[in-house]
Amino acid sequence: MLEFENVSYTYHTKSGETSAVRDLNFKVLKGQFVSVIGPSGCGKSTILSIAAGLLSPSSGKVVCDSAEFGYMLQRDALFEWRTVEQNIFLPLEIKKRNSAEMRKKAVELAEKYGLKDFLKKSPSQLSGGMRQRVALIRTLAAEPEILLLDEPFSALDYQTRLEVCDDVQAIIKSEKKTALLVTHDISEAIALSDKVVVLSSRPAHVVAEHAIDFAATPRERRNDVRFAKTFEVLREELGL
Amino acid sequence: MKNKNYSREHLAFLKKQRTKKITVIVLRCLVLAAVFGVWELLARYKVINSFITSSPSRVIKTIGMLYNEGTLFYHIGITLGETMAGFFAAVILGYATAVLLWSSDTLHAVMEPYIVVLNSLPKIALGPLIIIWIGTGNDAIIFMTVIVAVILCIMNTYAGFSAVDPTKLTLMKAMGAGKLTTLVKLVAPASLPALMNTLKVAVGLAWIGSIMGEYIVSRAGLGYLIVYGGQVMKLDLVMTATLILCALAGGMYAIIALIEKIVVKQF
Repeated sequence: MLEFENVSYTYHTKSGETSAVRDLNFKVLKGQFVSVIGPSGCGKSTILSIAAGLLSPSSGKVVCDSAEFGYMLQRDALFEWRTVEQNIFLPLEIKKRNSAEMRKKAVELAEKYGLKDFLKKSPSQLSGGMRQRVALIRTLAAEPEILLLDEPFSALDYQTRLEVCDDVQAIIKSEKKTALLVTHDISEAIALSDKVVVLSSRPAHVVAEHAIDFAATPRERRNDVRFAKTFEVLREELGL
Repeated sequence: MKNKNYSREHLAFLKKQRTKKITVIVLRCLVLAAVFGVWELLARYKVINSFITSSPSRVIKTIGMLYNEGTLFYHIGITLGETMAGFFAAVILGYATAVLLWSSDTLHAVMEPYIVVLNSLPKIALGPLIIIWIGTGNDAIIFMTVIVAVILCIMNTYAGFSAVDPTKLTLMKAMGAGKLTTLVKLVAPASLPALMNTLKVAVGLAWIGSIMGEYIVSRAGLGYLIVYGGQVMKLDLVMTATLILCALAGGMYAIIALIEKIVVKQF
């Protein structure tokens, strides 16, 4: 479980201070997939940085029962000089959990999700969607409890994006991970999440929370009549 | 690489590429041959004064003479040794300094103006100081080589470090990597192509440094031959030493270009 309690964050620069987040309150339950949507530039990425402990909040606190985070970024950030397999081992090396057993588990995970034939290849030989999948497996390799996803699909073209986002959701669900996704894409948030948190523009605070419980898979959701309705509601709340 | 299943069109394309490559190489050789040929002819028919300009045949004769005296490889060895020693010292020192600057923003901010000034300073101005501090031996020449090359090594390597993708840095931070781990796992490998560029520039500077050093203090080496030849109006000697320098500098550059090709292949 991950909980934000009255979290505020202020950026300081030479030209002044900017309040990015103010009195933020929301919860991510164990095994839940929660999306945070908000207008662009509202401080969504800041929220993930705070959750991951890269930034400490100006006030308030983040309560979390596990320190094991996996961070997935807008771009895959694969290391070109390493093979796919070596990329997947990276978090193990850094977290000093580079045992043969952990490596074997990581390889099994990669094979399970269709990377078997790519393990010895260089990332530059892979398509954008495949690369993002490698990035996800890399994130999962260190067996994090909570995944923090920072618009991981925004750099992909539309078709790949639909495909990869269904893919990633399925993998996260079947591995029973808790996930917190930030995005500006309303339909992505609805399709993927158990809960959507809507943020205001800067300084960001919670405008509304919606539990999404219709249909099971992203594909079914997009075809469901309630998809459009939910979309309308969220769009209104974002003031678009 | 060969694949028999290529279409006829693709084979034609490959052939065209090959022909183009060969043409360039042949033309390069022709340019060299033409320069030497014209030079030789002009000297032989006394259009130019070969006492002042020397000529390819006189250069070959001089090389033969130096070889027979047993000093050809002695001079080459001295200069090559100084250049290599200075080159490696400058690259290693430059890399180490760049790592220090990278590790602390404050240190970089403090040192930046000094590095800029040292970079613009004509190092030959330090000649007298070097003689007084280090003496007139090989050390002085190697020292000159190092100071000529090291500043650029620092600046280029540091620029390579700073150019590392910020997304990758965030990733390392999110995985809990410290400075040293980030350097070893990310920054050093990611900046390898930049390092290769640094090596290429450093080779050129190392030659400048060693020859400049030999101009100031030396009793042997190619730079010494050039200065000596100039002083006693033995222009054959000057030309010979210069051409040998060209060949050596070109050779060293080629070796580094080859290393670069191997190292950077995976990027």
